[in-house]
Amino acid sequence: MVLLKGDQAAQDPWIRVADEDPVPDGASALLTYDRWRRDRDRLVLRNAPLGIILHSEQSPLPIADDLPRLGLVALEFPKFTDGRPYSHARLLRQRLGYRGEVRAVGNVLRDQLLFMRRCGFNAFELPDGADVGEWCSAFDEISVFYQPAANGPPSAMDLRWPAESPAETPVSVFGMRGY
Amino acid sequence: MYRYDTLDQNLVDERARQFRGQVARRLSGELSEAEFRPLRLMNGLYLQLHAYMVRVAIPYGTLSADQMRALAYIARTWDRGYGHFTTRQNIQFNWPNLADVPDILDALAAVEMHAIQTSGNCIRNVTADAYAGVADDEVADPRVYAEIIRQWSSLHPEFSFLPRKFKVAVTGAPQDRAALRVHDIGLRLCRDSDGALGFEVMVGGGQGRTPMIGTTIRSFLPEADLLTYLEAILRVYNMLGRRDNLYKARIKILVHSLGAETFAAMVEDEWHQLEDTGPALPAHEIKRIRAFFLPPTYEDLEATVPEFEARRRQDTAFARWCQTNLARHRRSGYAIVDVSLKPEGGSPGDIMAEQMEAVADLAKRYSFGEIRVTHAQNLVLPHVKLAELSAVWEGLAAAGLETPNVGLVTDIIACPGLDFCNLANARSIPVAQRIIERFRNLDRQHDIGELRINISGCINACGHHHVGHIGILGVDRKGEEYYQITLGGSSDETASLGKVVGPSFSYDAITDAVEVIVTTYLAQRCQGERFLDTYRRVGAQPFKEDLYGIAQG
Ligand code: SF4
Repeated sequence: MVLLKGDQAAQDPWIRVADEDPVPDGASALLTYDRWRRDRDRLVLRNAPLGIILHSEQSPLPIADDLPRLGLVALEFPKFTDGRPYSHARLLRQRLGYRGEVRAVGNVLRDQLLFMRRCGFNAFELPDGADVGEWCSAFDEISVFYQPAANGPPSAMDLRWPAESPAETPVSVFGMRGY
Repeated sequence: MYRYDTLDQNLVDERARQFRGQVARRLSGELSEAEFRPLRLMNGLYLQLHAYMVRVAIPYGTLSADQMRALAYIARTWDRGYGHFTTRQNIQFNWPNLADVPDILDALAAVEMHAIQTSGNCIRNVTADAYAGVADDEVADPRVYAEIIRQWSSLHPEFSFLPRKFKVAVTGAPQDRAALRVHDIGLRLCRDSDGALGFEVMVGGGQGRTPMIGTTIRSFLPEADLLTYLEAILRVYNMLGRRDNLYKARIKILVHSLGAETFAAMVEDEWHQLEDTGPALPAHEIKRIRAFFLPPTYEDLEATVPEFEARRRQDTAFARWCQTNLARHRRSGYAIVDVSLKPEGGSPGDIMAEQMEAVADLAKRYSFGEIRVTHAQNLVLPHVKLAELSAVWEGLAAAGLETPNVGLVTDIIACPGLDFCNLANARSIPVAQRIIERFRNLDRQHDIGELRINISGCINACGHHHVGHIGILGVDRKGEEYYQITLGGSSDETASLGKVVGPSFSYDAITDAVEVIVTTYLAQRCQGERFLDTYRRVGAQPFKEDLYGIAQG
């Protein structure tokens, strides 16, 4: 696995802990939602970073109150066609105001990175051997975004109607092209 | 018509460039077909029975003359000289080479067109009333909102991997010419008691193997809330729609299993929470888009034109065409012209490159350069002066496009079926051709009157058989093509699903069966009744007796 954070390869300090294994002391531990629920009372006393991994069918809403304690929420794509984590990432960022790391894990493909980032993911687990530079070029392939989203450059609406412009003339009517 | 600004153009250009890179990676072997598949599907490129097929988006069925010419150019240069208009107002090219597809996308981008989201489990190209802006019963122009939805839904980061494909249709008139009730979301523009503009919102309609009529979940949604409300519906669907079973993944199944009221409550709840972060739709943006759809500069014309009336009296061929292929325009002295793509011997929706150019020329000369595609796979010249109808008719006739059958028994909707589609059980096009041939007599067609026959080659229902007055569905019976008949379907504002009339018919018997049904109708009908009216009054019994009674007796 190659970890991409922002647009750079990064070391991964997080240790994924299987449900039956003990949680290692002093290390950043990434737990399943079930484990977290089961051992929550003990885990909150722990003095090292905690993260939760949510499967695509698990909404982040039930962990809303726990978010301030969490250094990482990993959202798992079991298949790239399972688009639920996109909604979950937006809920984390835009509804619950989570500011920590939101990581895409599982079946992460190059051509989905841009969608993921716009929904609020800021870290991505790429397959072994992935050329980070090449994958990151996917971020630059499209520069126009019609929708406001959790992250990324201003939307077409923002560009057409910047806050300071008088509400009579949209900005980008220049450049109309004929054919 | 909407015109791209630099932002719209950049997006389409970038998208074409991105796909060129992906095709190059595929051709060099860097990408396997399995890896390439999701990428090509996001660009409207399917692998069919014999070849690749590229489906080009025609947003809300509106085309300029120049765009039609570009489609003709593509058909001639990279395909076999023709294209196929679909029931979703798109056009398909059935024979491109993979290596040429990037050039096709560039040619489209040059005329402000694309193939984005014409396939895949995303929000598909939005459709609208083909008579938008010209229908005399219109409350407001649906294209304004369809364009707003086109932009909002294009490369939507959250909704590009939905449980299943997602289709939205918009109309602005009480008469439903866009089949709202069989769409995932149907939006009907209306006014509230204060005269403010908004939408009736219907969800959960659909066809396929579990056809359903959509339910209204909100009778009035203010226009400013359109995008946040859509976002709420899509989010609920994206999170809760089934992903374990392809056939239960459409939103209709979710709405049905939750109950429409519960679903509506969940949407409202999500919507209230979305208010701050959702996509706003300020009045000035609606105004900006509306400016593109202002009516053209019509002339003030008399409602009756003596030369036109005279020709109608003298020339039966012209008169017949006028009877079926013209619709009332909101402006006096103008008509809406329907151009039938259902000639005898043709495949429904198919059109040759030369014919596309002929339509483009006529549009330029007589219809302010505008063309529409209908969901019945025909074309429309939306604004023709009554005084110029003769010339338009002659121009169409010169191109073989004057078939006077719009809305009649031979104006058949048919999917590509076994001739092209790898999911098909049975052929559709040859069945349509046989029925068209059987009912070729125009006097008889006009006597039969309004009658919609829809044919699908399999249960996926791309030929909309559930909502045909007579629906024909290709089924497989021990490896043989058979056809099941449904009666009484309709996709208009009185939408209903057809009911299976009885055991299916073989390929050789299906045309006779249709004829029996038509004969029964003629025997049963009262003065002024259409087929659908008669069926709804008398029910299936007389049809059953005539279809099966004799055979069994
Ligand atoms: S209805 Fe079936 S046969 Fe016809 S186009 Fe759709 S999938 Fe193919």
